[in-house]
Amino acid sequence: MPALVINGTLRSFDCDERTSLLDLLRNHAGLTGTKKGCDHGQCGACTVIVEGRRINSCLSLAVMHDGDEVTTIEGLGTATDLSPLQRAFVSHDAYQCGYCTPGQICSATAMIEEARMGWPSAVTDDVETSPELSDNEIRERMSGNLCRCAAYPNIVAAIRETAA
Amino acid sequence: MTNTLTMDKPDVRNRLDAMAQGIIGAPLDRPEGPLKVVGTATYASEWQLPDMAYGVFARATVPAGKVASIDREAVLAMPGVLAIHDDPRMLVNPAQGGAGKKPLQDIREIHYFGQTVALVVAETFEQATAAAKALKVEYAAPDDASVFDPESSAATVEHGPDTQRVQTGDLDKAMADAAFSVDVTYTTAGHASAAMEPHASIASWQGDQLTLRGSLQMLNYNVAELADSLAVGQSQVRILSPYVGGGFGSKLGVGEDSVAAAIASRELGRPVRVDMSRQQVFETVMRRSETRQRLRLAARADGVLTGIGHECLVSNLPGEQYAEPVTQATEFLYGGENRMLSVDVARIVRLCAGSVRAPGEAVGMQALESAMDELAEKVGIDPVELRKRNIPAIDPSQGTPYSSNTLAKCLDAGAARFGWDQRQTQTCATREGEWWIGMGVASAARVHKLVEASARVTLASDGTVKVETDMTDIGTGTYAVLGQIAGEMLGTPIEKVSVCLGDSALPAGPGSGGSWGAASSGSAVFLACEQIRQALAKKFQGDEEALSLKDGIARLGEASAMVVDLVAGKPIVGEGTIKPGETSKATRQASYGAFFAEVAVNAYTGETRVRRMTGAFGIGRVLNEKTATSQCYGGMTWSIGSALTEELAFDLRDGHLVNHDLAEYHVPVNLDVPALEVVFVEERDPHASPIQAKGVGELGICGGAGAIANAIYNACGVRVRDFPMTLDKIIGGLPD
Amino acid sequence: MKAFTYARAGSTADAVAADAMKIAGGTNLLDLMKLEVEVPRRLVDINRLPLAAIEPAGGGLRIGAVVRNSDLAADIRVRRDYAVLSKALLAGASGQLRNKATTGGNLCQRTRCGYFTDTAMPCNKREPGSGCQAIGGFNRIHAILGASDACIATYPGDMAVAMSALDAVVEIEGTAGSRSVAVRDFHRLPGNTPERDNVLEADDLITAVTLPAPVPGRHAYRKVRDRSSYAFALVSIAAVVEMDAGRIASASLAFGGLAHKPWHDPAIAEILIGKAPSKALFDKAADVLLAGAQGQGANDFKIPLARRTLHAVLAELTGETA
Ligand SMILES: Cc1cc2nc3c(=O)[nH]c(=O)nc-3n(C[C@H](O)[C@H](O)[C@H](O)COP(=O)(O)OP(=O)(O)OC[C@H]3O[C@@H](n4cnc5c(N)ncnc54)[C@H](O)[C@@H]3O)c2cc1C
Ligand code: SF4
Ligand code: FES
Ligand code: FES
Repeated sequence: MPALVINGTLRSFDCDERTSLLDLLRNHAGLTGTKKGCDHGQCGACTVIVEGRRINSCLSLAVMHDGDEVTTIEGLGTATDLSPLQRAFVSHDAYQCGYCTPGQICSATAMIEEARMGWPSAVTDDVETSPELSDNEIRERMSGNLCRCAAYPNIVAAIRETAA
Repeated sequence: MTNTLTMDKPDVRNRLDAMAQGIIGAPLDRPEGPLKVVGTATYASEWQLPDMAYGVFARATVPAGKVASIDREAVLAMPGVLAIHDDPRMLVNPAQGGAGKKPLQDIREIHYFGQTVALVVAETFEQATAAAKALKVEYAAPDDASVFDPESSAATVEHGPDTQRVQTGDLDKAMADAAFSVDVTYTTAGHASAAMEPHASIASWQGDQLTLRGSLQMLNYNVAELADSLAVGQSQVRILSPYVGGGFGSKLGVGEDSVAAAIASRELGRPVRVDMSRQQVFETVMRRSETRQRLRLAARADGVLTGIGHECLVSNLPGEQYAEPVTQATEFLYGGENRMLSVDVARIVRLCAGSVRAPGEAVGMQALESAMDELAEKVGIDPVELRKRNIPAIDPSQGTPYSSNTLAKCLDAGAARFGWDQRQTQTCATREGEWWIGMGVASAARVHKLVEASARVTLASDGTVKVETDMTDIGTGTYAVLGQIAGEMLGTPIEKVSVCLGDSALPAGPGSGGSWGAASSGSAVFLACEQIRQALAKKFQGDEEALSLKDGIARLGEASAMVVDLVAGKPIVGEGTIKPGETSKATRQASYGAFFAEVAVNAYTGETRVRRMTGAFGIGRVLNEKTATSQCYGGMTWSIGSALTEELAFDLRDGHLVNHDLAEYHVPVNLDVPALEVVFVEERDPHASPIQAKGVGELGICGGAGAIANAIYNACGVRVRDFPMTLDKIIGGLPD
Repeated sequence: MKAFTYARAGSTADAVAADAMKIAGGTNLLDLMKLEVEVPRRLVDINRLPLAAIEPAGGGLRIGAVVRNSDLAADIRVRRDYAVLSKALLAGASGQLRNKATTGGNLCQRTRCGYFTDTAMPCNKREPGSGCQAIGGFNRIHAILGASDACIATYPGDMAVAMSALDAVVEIEGTAGSRSVAVRDFHRLPGNTPERDNVLEADDLITAVTLPAPVPGRHAYRKVRDRSSYAFALVSIAAVVEMDAGRIASASLAFGGLAHKPWHDPAIAEILIGKAPSKALFDKAADVLLAGAQGQGANDFKIPLARRTLHAVLAELTGETA
């Protein structure tokens, strides 16, 4: 019976131990903004922010997050009060079908913080330095979020604008 | 009375250009965007219905034979398990796009490895998943040995549809007489649509009425397919599909999930939700066939083609009619009197082959365009020039004029924007550190088709406008463009226009497939609006053509009035229906374009990176520049996948798909995609539709991989004739 | 997924005594449990054990078993003194996965062989004695070194390849007390018992990995793969090479994607050390590496690819590109 703080509210659930954090959100908490694209950590559609970090909610058991703070796409903004990144996704057409979009936005929201902390990436030439968030840095850091519609150029543009 | 137009003659009035609102073509944001970015747009399996049960499929672990027995008791005894279904109406594979009738049924007969053999329903998703996996199925072996490899001599090879055969003149002679010729064989791997939303359905019955929430592209046809599969009347079926998480052909026809959910729900008397796992989507939903393509090009000394041969082998299950129409664009793209085009089908035991984004051209064009590059080198002329010299005056296969052909314009516009004049004609001419740099070009072409479509538009008494059709938006921008057409026609600011889609109870649209969606459903909306305009013009006792509508104000000659006053409390409803007619036979209709790519090939490892890519496209009228550009980005990215990474890997011993997930089937990731540039060439195609628009969604994948192949050759001198061009096919040929 | 019981370990002793499978980030274990490749009856969650620190130890660094891959890659000491490790970690998986994946879990991740992950297929690793369906099948990602008739799988990870080059040591707590095993000896070759990936016994808990004092030299981690990111290695090389007066003063190399374990052969460094870099020298090193190489059909290309990648890495680190 895990209890989690989801988007600021403590909620407890009566669910099977096998329930992934993703299925808990979608099937038990009524928060279907978090998407399931593969259920195996291979697409990023299920990305949520747990204790400040982006993770794939499909590869985590809900019971492992007892007491954790979880932020989902629904916690980042509402249709009438979009977060800056959500607004940039709309204006840059950084989606098509929209299915990967919540995962992209949660991922990017946390990714921008990672960059602010100075984390290097696989395209950083000298890992001792803290790189600027160039387009290539954004692309590499967002490569854990597949978009089959391939809105990638617009996703990069939306993130670039928001992170600046 | 519906305003119906059969496209028997070109509509040269270009009415949309005469409108006053000024929003048609504008790069407006998608109206549904805010819902998508906050996660409240509701996709198929996200509806929360009371008392819903969960269904999960069990999978065949043999490629052929029959189900001999299923150990039901053991699984029915598992916690939460409610039922096991293997009803003979359940589907072996989805319906082909536009079928409008049931596909192959009866899953107790095994047709390919991974086919569904039963649906297990339980109280929770976790219970159903475990139970489906626990289900023990015994199989009776088939009588005959199965063939899994299309290249095997044991495979039966049949001629594809006659409509795909072209034979004129004498190609052998043309080849023998040619100043320059190319005779090469290209192969392309099978592809998966891999839409990000896995297939899912929720079925619920109210008495004899079924409501199916599904992830489907063509509701009008899907209703017929679902009703036929279930053996119920079409009036008993309603499908809701307001948001579709990508389709790319994989959701054209009703699938296993929809029929199974409906059967289970009926029997249990409660809503049933069936989610397919990613692996099941890979294993049971339409693959694009692999292809083998022999290309023969015969040319005069100046590069003008005298002959063109494109003979292909694709594959499908025995009995399936669909054959990847590889030669579709070769029919009309380039000249040459002597032509030989054909598609043969090897009958093999692998999951069903069907439509994946731009069936035909997606793989046919990349091979043709690579072969053209080989010819350009032989002739010794610039590959752009070679293409321009071979644009015929009329369709060389049908003898009909082109409705409009922008290929030359696209080649020129793309070359200018890309900086094609910077290309080195020699291979291995540019090296940056570890990387060979090169550039390549390819033409793009995709047939255009108009499909019957209807729509209803309501001008309400408060001046707002509502557009209704069962058309879907699979990411293509339908919500945006239909609203823009209505707003433009009725002089309504876009904020006052709403668009309702994805409900089969609404007027029948064309469905999202074959890139015909926007032009066809847009024409229906246009016609519905025309009817409303006529009604408004009548109030002035004037002519519709003289009526000007802008920002809610109507003007006709000297007279003017607020539209709301004209409506006077009585909403005006317009209904429009578009039908294809003579223009599609009298003219050859297609979208054209040109791709320019710059690649870097690692001199050590043979890894290829696309560094930049430009696409210039002629798509008729651009309805929304922003969403049309996005469509082209998507297509170009698929070109990158098709060129470099995407390949369905089948085990040739049992036909099972080895890389049935997104970790091993490599769709391009963000880092694979460089800055992309899209240029639209101004075009109105009056033969194509009354809104002068053509298809856009698929064009971006039709040839792009050829540009990348040609750039790889230009970079490092390695000509790869086997797509995808993974590094193992490159390292052997790299210069030391 | 089969049902299991779940408990959170209160202490390392708890975790060892739990008679349960350990779950850390869960990014590999849950993946395999969903496929029913792994079917543990009991899980013990080790995430909240006090094993999340990176501390100086014996001139090097001691990395707790539940330190996240992302924290390890971002640690400034690792970036400065063990850049090869930071690079290897960053080349692996995705940002999201690295935020969960742990040091211990990453070491223990299982092969990506497509026959291993499909329970409808015979596989000696998953079901000893059932056969190896990858042999004669689609084996593009499989081993060219050290494989056996029973199994041709590769160890898929990146981090351990760098740790092998750095000669790190795994600290293990078991029912019989604690012990240390060099990373180079931690993973096994398949032989006749491919079901065992490494030397851990059922109850063993990895508590830490220690890195020896930093060695001078330039660091590289080169990962060759089928797309530019978010894909496993076809071939990878971790290398630390120091030059002195135009000669190779020291070299340490390890290879990923080639075998059932990160491949380390001291003879390769021996060939290189003391010599002036040249293409001929790199070729000799590659000859040593690939002496016993054996392709399986779809992976034959890995043999030339490994050679070429070794050239690339040595050229980069020695500056010898002529
Ligand atoms: C799509 C995808 C792509 C990936 N790409 C890469 C890649 O490119 N490179 C790469 O290196 N990796 C990659 N990975 C693998 C990823 O790095 C591993 O899943 C991760 O490192 C495992 O760590 P974990 O903490 O999540 O392990 P868990 O899943 O929690 O555990 C894995 C195994 O280790 C055991 N275990 C865990 N901790 C301990 C301990 N302290 N003591 C004893 N046993 C323990 C568990 O019992 C289990 O058997 C990828 C994974 C996915 C899903
Ligand atoms: S290679 Fe190893 S893991 Fe793969 S099928 Fe063979 S035995 Fe199993
Ligand atoms: S659903 Fe979690 S990564 Fe795809
Ligand atoms: S918007 Fe469709 S998958 Fe990204």
